[in-house]
Amino acid sequence: MKISLSWLSQYTAIRRSPSEIAEALTRAGIAVDAVVDRFRYLEGVRVGRIVGLAPHPNAPRLTVCRVETGEERPRSIVCGAPDLRVGLLVPAALPGAVLPDGTSVAETAVRGVPSEGMLCSAGELGLGADRGGLLELPAGLPVGEALHRALGLSDPVLELDLTPNRGDCLSLIGVAREVAALQGTRLRLPRVRLVENGPPVAERAAVAIEAPEACPRYVARVVEGVTIGPSPFWLQDRLLSVGMRPINNIVDVTNFVMLECGQPLHAFDLDRLADRRIVVRTARAGERFVTLDGRGRTLEEGMLLICDGRGPVAVAGVMGGLDSEIRGETTRVLIESACFEAGSVRRTAKRLGLPTEASRRFEKGVDPTGTVRAADRAAQLMAEIAGGRVARGVIDAHPRPWTPQPIRLDLERTARFLGVAFPKARIRRLLRSIGFEVAPGASRRELRVTPPPFRPDVSRPEDLAEEIARLAGFDEIPVTVPALPAAGVRPFAREELRRRLRDVLNGLGFTEVITYSFIDLRDGERLRLSADDPRRLPVALLNPIAEDQSVLRTSLLPGLLHTLRFNLDQQTRRVKIFEVGKVFLPRQGAELPAEPERLAGLWSGPRAILSWHERETPCDFYDLKGTLEALLDALHAPEVRFAALADAACDATRPGRSARILAAGEVLGFVGEIHPRVRSAFDLKQEAFVFELDLEALERRVGGLRHRQPVLRFPAAVRDLTVILDAGIEAQAVLEAIREAAPAWLEQAGLIDVFSGPPIPAGERSLTFRLSYRSGERTLEDSAVNAAHAEMTARVLARFGGRLPG
Amino acid sequence: MDAELRQIEDETLREIEAARGDRQALQALQVRVLGRKGLLTQILRSIAALPPERRPEAGREANRVKDRLSSALESALRDCEETARPADRIDVTLPGRMEPRGRLHPITRVTEEICAIFSQMGFERVEGPEVEKDYYNFEALNIPKNHPARDMQDTFFVSADVVLRTHTSPLQVRTMERRRPPVRVIAPGRVFRRDSDQTHTPMFHQVEGLWVDESVSFGDLKGTLTAFVQRMFDEQTALRFRPSFFPFTEPSAEVDIRCVICRGRGCRVCKETGWLEILGSGMVHPAVFENVGYDPGRYSGFAFGLGVERVAMLKYGIDDLRRFFENDLRFLAQF
Repeated sequence: MKISLSWLSQYTAIRRSPSEIAEALTRAGIAVDAVVDRFRYLEGVRVGRIVGLAPHPNAPRLTVCRVETGEERPRSIVCGAPDLRVGLLVPAALPGAVLPDGTSVAETAVRGVPSEGMLCSAGELGLGADRGGLLELPAGLPVGEALHRALGLSDPVLELDLTPNRGDCLSLIGVAREVAALQGTRLRLPRVRLVENGPPVAERAAVAIEAPEACPRYVARVVEGVTIGPSPFWLQDRLLSVGMRPINNIVDVTNFVMLECGQPLHAFDLDRLADRRIVVRTARAGERFVTLDGRGRTLEEGMLLICDGRGPVAVAGVMGGLDSEIRGETTRVLIESACFEAGSVRRTAKRLGLPTEASRRFEKGVDPTGTVRAADRAAQLMAEIAGGRVARGVIDAHPRPWTPQPIRLDLERTARFLGVAFPKARIRRLLRSIGFEVAPGASRRELRVTPPPFRPDVSRPEDLAEEIARLAGFDEIPVTVPALPAAGVRPFAREELRRRLRDVLNGLGFTEVITYSFIDLRDGERLRLSADDPRRLPVALLNPIAEDQSVLRTSLLPGLLHTLRFNLDQQTRRVKIFEVGKVFLPRQGAELPAEPERLAGLWSGPRAILSWHERETPCDFYDLKGTLEALLDALHAPEVRFAALADAACDATRPGRSARILAAGEVLGFVGEIHPRVRSAFDLKQEAFVFELDLEALERRVGGLRHRQPVLRFPAAVRDLTVILDAGIEAQAVLEAIREAAPAWLEQAGLIDVFSGPPIPAGERSLTFRLSYRSGERTLEDSAVNAAHAEMTARVLARFGGRLPG
Repeated sequence: MDAELRQIEDETLREIEAARGDRQALQALQVRVLGRKGLLTQILRSIAALPPERRPEAGREANRVKDRLSSALESALRDCEETARPADRIDVTLPGRMEPRGRLHPITRVTEEICAIFSQMGFERVEGPEVEKDYYNFEALNIPKNHPARDMQDTFFVSADVVLRTHTSPLQVRTMERRRPPVRVIAPGRVFRRDSDQTHTPMFHQVEGLWVDESVSFGDLKGTLTAFVQRMFDEQTALRFRPSFFPFTEPSAEVDIRCVICRGRGCRVCKETGWLEILGSGMVHPAVFENVGYDPGRYSGFAFGLGVERVAMLKYGIDDLRRFFENDLRFLAQF
């Protein structure tokens, strides 16, 4: 909503500067986004003096003027206006200026003669109606000065960013009421002087309301004998000052009154209303109608219509119809000033995709008691401007009269609620300043407050507390510091886990990313998920913003892979990233999907940052596996195992290079190399390794610290074991067999070497383990260790059919 | 003999000086003078051939020289070991072997910081679903269908009654449904609005706060949020509480802070106003209490919602919201 201060000053005296008013309104809850002088466009228009005239060589009716504009040399400007003479002061628009009608002035050539600007009429400058001749400026104005400064034209316009509860401020009077209350000035409403010199209105028209819930009131007036034409300059200027385009005198009056008092009006050509009847009813499904923007509309059942004796003539509160609009030959006008139910108008405007100035006001609530006044005001102005006679009387169909709803305001409770006790007299004064009625309440600690009809947003004591607080100023409410509870705050377990995960991964060189929760539907296919995989059946958005953000993610991998792609495009080749976040899986029979939380990581590019220490090698499966081992170790996850994923179970990852991750037998997630086909589907030029873990499973398997193990003080005996085995035997199986076969004092066993190639025959490999034996009770004797080690070795060899080297 | 001893002493001391730093030369010298066939050893042996009355003195003198030279040689050799030879030197300016630490996403960092401040003020963390029922996202928050306030937030729909939550405020309702007052919670999380341009991303992060008890006042809201802002930015940061409208609070207040970039003088970031809008807040609307079965006559409380990206942008001087979700590692590495 735009508010011109010069227009606003018609309704209350303006006592403060534009920026002070903007600040005061903002602090009272009516946010002013900007204050812009509406004559600023005249910056590019200068006071020019004609210093030379020459006939245009190729056009008898044009003149080539030399015009001084305060610049180094006079400009040559071609002009078609009559009555040009040397010495005349005229407005000269310089190249770059944009005039109110949208003309953008540029250096051109007019029929072969260069023209370096434009001399303007009052109409062209938006300063009057005259478009015939140049605007002759008074002698003595400084040549070269910008026109608005030379003429002292200034009209600051406030641009309001209104909250949806303040429909009352969608009008000049509504804003003037607030400004008056803040300044302590008086609100002056325009006096309506109506001469009713036409026939009785009942002889001319009739109104019937068939849908009183949606239309509590319909007021109509008739004006006869009008002449349609352009509005006078003052009226056009008012509309233009707040950004509305003038159309004709009748339509302009309806718009003017709407802007003035907030009541949307519609003017019908009375002679085009069948039977000169207005019927307010709801639409039947499929009814069709052409709105005055010339578009055919199919109406839905329940939309509120204004009809004549034949059919629809307007969508109530939204837009009028083409057939009954005001035309050049219109002489009789029916003014509609009605109240339509907010929800009904909003639904209709939304369904039709047709928000209008009228619907914006109706859906926020229009003063139900202001309809007659608005109709009177419009009738008066039409009679004055378009030369009509106003029919005697007003049609006022009013099936649902407005009733005041007083509110009990408990002063003590209000003081507790706000944290400050304002004196009763002050509360009374503040509320009255914006049109509330305040009467004594049942006791001395109470007031009986009746909100005015234009404030349907106020219905509870808390609403009144807000009005009091905002008018007094929120600054007047003291800052208090509430007492803290003595018992501390319970930690949120999941967040503790996330924090540990993030911390460990950060320490291992992984950077956290955050990707969108929505992905491309095709990402499931790109991940090679099988058609019946639940991850291929995501939650879909009904109104996505883009195709690649149309479904909710069922895996964190697409986000990581797209992030990898983006970073490779930025020439970042080493990418170590992770994300913690929810995925969304639809649940049979449940309204909301399951939202399990996942942790996914990705490593691609070199193993180490490029340095002089070693040759650059790309990372591999074991780098990422090591990351997971370190992570799960830091979390004290028990019995961590990696189990090869069967080829058939591999989708996004490469068969033979994928593993399931388990802790104490429960699957936590998977790790693997990205499948080459997935790589090309995501357009990745280098190998990548990924893992994904389920946080709920992890949470179940990650306890706190268990009881500590004693630290053994006797010396350890270390022995290595090298076995040559079939290459298909998994190292983990051998390790497990070692642990099983070794004596209880096996303290630690780790794989320290893997070798294949000559002299070891093809299809076999040697594995070397380092074992450390230690007893908690005594120093182990070599002979005992050797015997146990030999026995264990024999059992392992027997189990796998291996042999010792050499 | 005395003269001979003196000569050996003087010459050897000179040679030690000359060979200082040269371990091999010193070792050779040690052998040549003090070795089993060394000069001094031979002299010591020759003492036996002297007349008995001269032996004691000659012995003392020879031993004195021997002690002096061997300690001088040992000390020169020790010096050799303790001073690095050229071959032992390394270029300490060569880079070390390192794996750079990964970074937290700035949104996580700022969320943690915000939650930590509120945790110290006694707020407990809660979380809720990102795909939410229309009831929790709108209806229970006093935003009925066909209410103009629905236009304030462009919504992603999953079905007629299921949306991507447009704010973290559903957690107010979900929490109050489960607990009786006093309730003091903080709820961070992802939220979604159907909007994408330079200043909007379709997903962003909020932190919701709620405090309900008997007689919590608007003054408490001001106090709590003032304390938060001054901890988050600095003690000097001025605040402005500005009346606004949210359907689920009454009164509602938008909280502006003095522009942290220009300190209120006016700049591009604050659009020349000197103020930055940073959070929305208000006293919980009685209709919301009624929806969760709290007696609005008995309880009052306040709620607030804070945009994490906005805070992060101000704190780190980030000018484009979209940077957060591009995840350019060159950007993320700076946190």
